[in-house]
Amino acid sequence: MRENLHRFFRAARGAGVRVSPAESIDAMRAVAQVGFADRAVLRDTFLLTLAKTQDEKRALGDCFDLFFSQPEPQQETSEQQKADDQNQSGGNPQADGHGDSSGGAESENVGPLAQMLLSQDRTAISTAIANASGAASLSDIRYFTQRGIFLTRILDAMGIQRLRDDIDNMTARNPAVAERLQDALTGLRGTVRDAVSQALLLYGREETENLRNEILRNAPLARIEPRQVEQMRSLIRQIARRLRERYSKPRKRQRRGHLDVRRTLRRNAAWGGVPFLTAWKRKHRDRPKIVALCDVSGSVARVSDFFLLLIHSLHEVVDDVRSFAFSGHLIEVSDILAKKSPEEAMKEIMSKVGFGSSDYGNSFADFEHEWMNTITPQTTVIVLGDARSNNLDPRADILRRIDERSKRLVWLNPEGRMTWGFGDSEMPRYATFCTVVRQCATAKQLERAVSDIVATYQ
Amino acid sequence: MADTRPTASIEAVESGLAAQGYIASRQIATAVYLSQQIDKPILVEGPAGVGKTELAKAIAAWRGMKMIRLQCYEGLDEAKALYEWKYAKQLLYTQILKDKLGEVLGGAQTLGAALDQLHTFGDVFFSKEFVEPRPLLQALEQPNGCVLLIDEIDKSDAEFESLLLEILSDFQVTIPELGTVAAVAPPTVILTSNSERDLGDALKRRCLHLHIGFPEQRLEERIVESRVPGISQTLRKQMVGFIHEIRSLDLKKLPSVSEAIDWARVLVLLQASELDHEIVRDTLNVLLKYEADIEAATPQISAFIAKASRQGVFS
Repeated sequence: MRENLHRFFRAARGAGVRVSPAESIDAMRAVAQVGFADRAVLRDTFLLTLAKTQDEKRALGDCFDLFFSQPEPQQETSEQQKADDQNQSGGNPQADGHGDSSGGAESENVGPLAQMLLSQDRTAISTAIANASGAASLSDIRYFTQRGIFLTRILDAMGIQRLRDDIDNMTARNPAVAERLQDALTGLRGTVRDAVSQALLLYGREETENLRNEILRNAPLARIEPRQVEQMRSLIRQIARRLRERYSKPRKRQRRGHLDVRRTLRRNAAWGGVPFLTAWKRKHRDRPKIVALCDVSGSVARVSDFFLLLIHSLHEVVDDVRSFAFSGHLIEVSDILAKKSPEEAMKEIMSKVGFGSSDYGNSFADFEHEWMNTITPQTTVIVLGDARSNNLDPRADILRRIDERSKRLVWLNPEGRMTWGFGDSEMPRYATFCTVVRQCATAKQLERAVSDIVATYQ
Repeated sequence: MADTRPTASIEAVESGLAAQGYIASRQIATAVYLSQQIDKPILVEGPAGVGKTELAKAIAAWRGMKMIRLQCYEGLDEAKALYEWKYAKQLLYTQILKDKLGEVLGGAQTLGAALDQLHTFGDVFFSKEFVEPRPLLQALEQPNGCVLLIDEIDKSDAEFESLLLEILSDFQVTIPELGTVAAVAPPTVILTSNSERDLGDALKRRCLHLHIGFPEQRLEERIVESRVPGISQTLRKQMVGFIHEIRSLDLKKLPSVSEAIDWARVLVLLQASELDHEIVRDTLNVLLKYEADIEAATPQISAFIAKASRQGVFS
C-alpha cells in the first residue's frame, strides 16, 4: 500500500498540488491513523494534509476520484458463454492430455494469462494488470505519444506472447476456446489501454502542460493562432500570479543602524527616557505607479492586449495603473479594462481607436495635452509600440518631457532589434529619451520586462 | 489527565463537539481527530462567520481545557505575542540592589575579584522571574495542555508568521537569554484566516488545512436547531432555504452561519410562525450588511420565500 500512496502523491503533483516530502510524511501518518476502510474519510484525510488552498483541494479531490477508480477489466461473459464455461472446464483436462508433449514441464498446456482469461477471474486480471504496470513503470508516462509503448510493454509483461502461441495452438484443436481467448484478448487490450490512458491523465498532465507552456512562452505573441489565445491568457494569468507572489511582500523595510530618536524617546518615556527599547528608522517604499501607453494598431495590438491583461491583473502589486491606447489618436482605457472581461475590453478599445494607421506624434500630443499631469516623479511610463509612425512627425520632444517628469521611461518594442531604425521606424530617435528599450515579442520577454519594472520599486 | 488523551474515533469527536452545541461536518471532525492523532495544528480558512473561532471554543469546552486566544493584527510582534522582559521590575531591582552592592563586593580586594564575584550573580536579571509571558508562551506553560487559538493570522505581518513556525512544528520557543522553552503538554493549536492575503508555504506546510465553507442545507438546519432551540421546524426549514437562495445571488457579503443564527433569534423574538414578505423585508438587515446587497435582494424576496416553502413541502 505504501507503493500505492507514493504513486498517489506523484499523481497529485501531476494534478498541480504541491506535495512536499514533509507533507507526504504527514499524510502517511494520518492515513496510518484512519486506515483505508472508509473511502470518504481517506479522501478528507488527503484533502486536509496535502492540499493547502481551495484550488488545490478541488484538483486533489478530482485526482483522488480518478486514482481510485481503477478501470474494471472488461467482462465478456454473457449467459451463453457462462454455459460454455461449464463445458470448457470439463473439456480442459482432456486437452491437457493432448498437449503434454508440446507444453514441456508445465502441467497445463495454456499459459497463466490464458488460464486467467478463461476462468474470468476479474480480481486476478486486475492484479496482473497492476503488477505489469508496476513492472513497466507506468507511472513514468509523460506524453500521449508514449501510450503505444506502454501498452505493448504491459501486455508483454503479462505474457501476451504465450497467449498468442496458445491461441495459435488452439485454433487447430479447439476453435471454440481459441475464439473465446481471442475475444478475451481484445477485451484485455481495451482494459490495459484504459489503464494507460488513465495513467497518462494522472501522471502526464503536469509534464504535457509544462511543455505546452514552454512552447507558448517563447512563441511570438503577435503571431499566435486564435485557438491558442485562451491558453495564452491563462499563461499570462499564471505569470501575473507569480509576479504577485514575488512582489506583494510588504514594502516596509527596516534601515538597521539608523536610530529614530523621536520614537525612541517617546517609547521610553515610562522609564524616564532611559532607552530600554530602541526604535529604528523605517524606509517606506513607493508602490509602483504605472502609466502605460499602448499602440493598438495592426500587428502590435495583440501584444498590447496581453500586456494590458498582465498589468491589470497585477493590481495587488501595482495599485495605480493608468492605461492609454492609441493608433491615430489617444484615449484613456483604464476604466474599460477595470470593468470588463479582457475579451470585451479589447473589443471595445479596438472599436474606439484600433486598427488605424499609427501616428505617434499626434498621440503623444494628445497625451501631453490632457494627461501630462498624471505623471509624477514616482511614475514609470511604459510605451508599447513598434515606433513606426508612417513618416509623420515623431514629436520626440514630448517624449523628452515625459522622461523628465517620470521616474523611468520604458519602451517595449515587439519588433526585433534588427529592424529598429529601418523604414519608417523612429526607434533610434525615441530611444535617446528612454531609460530602457527592450524587445518584447514573447510571453517570456513580457514577463521579464514587467518583472524588472516592478522590481525597481522594491 | 483523561481529558488530554487522544479521542478514539472521528464519531467521538463529532458527538463531543455536538455536546457543546457545535455541529461539525464530517470533514471538520476528521480534521480535529487527525490533529490530535498526529499532533498538528489546524489552519482553518473560510468566509467570515462560518464558525472558525467557534470551533476552537467548542474544542476547548469539550475537552475541558483552557483556551488561550491570540488575536492577530497588523504590527503584532514578539513582545506582544510571545514574551517580554519586565523592564520596570528589572529597573526597580537594580535600584534596590545598588545598596546591597557594597556588601556583596565587600570582600573583594581587587577590581578583578569584584568582577568575578559579580559574574556569579550573572544572569539574575535575565531569568524566568523577569519574563512576562504573552499568549504563545502561556500556552506552552499550561500543565494540562490548552487550546491555543491564533485568530485571523492573515491580518498579521508576514514576519510574524516566521515567528510562529517554531511553535507550530516543535511546540517550543527559543528565548535568547534563557534557552529553549518546550511545551509542558503540547497545546491544540487552531489558526484561523479569512484569506485576506496568501499565507506562506512554510506555515501551511506545518498545518492541516481545513476549509470551512457554507454548510449544506441539512447541516445548517441542525446548527440553527442546536443554537436556537425555540424555533419551529417549518420556520427553520423555510429560513435556511431562504438563506441558501440568497447565497446564490452575487452579493458583496454573503450571509453566513452566524447571520443565520442571528436571524433565527430575531424571527423567534418577533414570534413569526412562517416567513412572509413583510417580515423578511423588515429583518433583512440582520442578514445582509451592505445597503447595496439589501437593494439587490429585496426584489427577489417573494420568489425566494416561495422557493424555500416549496422545498419544505418535499423534504
